[in-house]
Amino acid sequence: MIWNEEFETLPREAIEALQLKRLRGLVDRVYGTVPFYRERLDDSGYRPGDIRSLSDLSRLPFTTKADLRDTYPFGMFAVPMERVVRIHASSGTTGKPVVVGYTRRDIDTWAELMARTLSCGGTTKGDVVQNAYGYGLFTGGLGAHYGAEKIGAAVIPISGGNSKRQIMLMQDFGSTVITSTPSYALNLAEVMAEEGVDPSSLKLRYGLFGAEPWSEGMRKEIEKKLRIDAIDIYGLSEVIGPGVASECLETKHGLHVFEDHFIPEIIDPDTGKTLPYGEKGELVFTTITKEAFPVIRYRTRDISRLIAEPCACGRTHIRMERISGRSDDMLIIRGVNVFPSQIETVLMTVKGVEPHYQLIVTRQESLDVLEVQVEVDESVFTDAVKGLEGLARNVEREIRDVLGISCKVKLVEPKTIQRSDGKAKRIIDKREI
Amino acid sequence: MKVGQISIFLENKSGRLAEVTETLAKAGVNIRALSLADTADFGILRLIVDDTDKARQAMKDSGFTVSKTDVVALEVPDKPGGLSGILATLDKAAINVEYMYAFVQHSGANAIIIFRFDDPDKAARVLKDAGVRVLEPDEVYKL
Repeated sequence: MIWNEEFETLPREAIEALQLKRLRGLVDRVYGTVPFYRERLDDSGYRPGDIRSLSDLSRLPFTTKADLRDTYPFGMFAVPMERVVRIHASSGTTGKPVVVGYTRRDIDTWAELMARTLSCGGTTKGDVVQNAYGYGLFTGGLGAHYGAEKIGAAVIPISGGNSKRQIMLMQDFGSTVITSTPSYALNLAEVMAEEGVDPSSLKLRYGLFGAEPWSEGMRKEIEKKLRIDAIDIYGLSEVIGPGVASECLETKHGLHVFEDHFIPEIIDPDTGKTLPYGEKGELVFTTITKEAFPVIRYRTRDISRLIAEPCACGRTHIRMERISGRSDDMLIIRGVNVFPSQIETVLMTVKGVEPHYQLIVTRQESLDVLEVQVEVDESVFTDAVKGLEGLARNVEREIRDVLGISCKVKLVEPKTIQRSDGKAKRIIDKREI
Repeated sequence: MKVGQISIFLENKSGRLAEVTETLAKAGVNIRALSLADTADFGILRLIVDDTDKARQAMKDSGFTVSKTDVVALEVPDKPGGLSGILATLDKAAINVEYMYAFVQHSGANAIIIFRFDDPDKAARVLKDAGVRVLEPDEVYKL
């Protein structure tokens, strides 16, 4: 079902005309209200009125995650705080998180986009949506919540975790839709199997999964184990949260980017050059309707491809291919973004370990497991086991406190982690996703 | 009185222990006693050798993480209750045993056990006062 028939099936010319109008408005607005953008735009040679066609977008400067950190906390806000009604922040960063704000209209826009997303996945007002995305600073929980309410579905704001309870409510409340990370969906299936709960005895029909990379293989597995249709959804808090793009139930092939609100581009991550539709590269988004926290050409670091061919579902919005990787070294562990540099920063603060480390990511019983191998420093090595074990636990605690993820620290002998001449091989990702 | 022991940090991976013994063999070091403490992730190999300094240097040169600790070697009557008496003495003096392991070699009719105490000097004194024979380092290295 298409939630917003008018806007989701606009003819291409109409979409592009709308995008151009909104893009001009956006650039004018941020030029006037956000010193960061004014400076960047001036530096790039931009003069007000320079946007004459959509292709002029590619002349504007990029915005990066580092820019968002440098302007912490509210430097990128384009409205005064009186107009901000919600603040979210990205998870798992050292020191300062990335802070994003919403006006009342932004919240309405977001609810609309999540209503579209949920509708893409088959949700209607008669559904019971079990929302197992985390509630809090993370945008997943509240994003899905507002969208489901807008549709008129009944939302169960259960948040993530506590699988047995999730399954109990699924049985007792008759949940028909589940929203969570894909790995958590698999975890639920496994707990069901352990508890002897037959998924076909449940009313569950659809699942909308995002916030971490997954594969077609994983989709098949979730669909088979939970006996549902599994839909890939995409979003990031810097852009709005979930609700940037969604697959449709009809084709499950490519995620429709809600183009009346966002302009997607694909660029070459090395040169920054805009690539034509169909080519693989880094996804870049410009938000053309957001008020409190608009972004111009935000580099997501996610690797995808844009599919311009019309879709069988009737939506005219361009599709992005399922995310196939990253153009940086960011890892997503159980939905939390982790950069190796953050782990390194933590290791620097712990006496007794060397800042030589390797991250090994595996998926055990469908949950991501992070092992941090770190070299033990000769100076703290003693003949006692407890000292070294204490050291390992200490590092685990520090990482958990700073990054918000649990990991297993394994101490290894000095100089055994591979040193490289150029780019260090910090990550061994063994997850088959 | 205090015997030098070298400890080597070992990752749990195959062949690593063999590399240790090979390094020592090449250096002409003879192992007198050893004990391996292991956890799921790593092990600590503790050795008493005939030439502690030489062994330590050889291990270091081969890239191992080595530390030297002082332990105490005691003569323990090789009969039921032999060790028990010694532990009772230590307990009374509130001396903590971090770990211990037995020597293969005997000293006459007695067994030799290596003890690691948090305070080896005090432990040796208390044990001597209680009539336990504490072996001199040279005796141990040459056993």
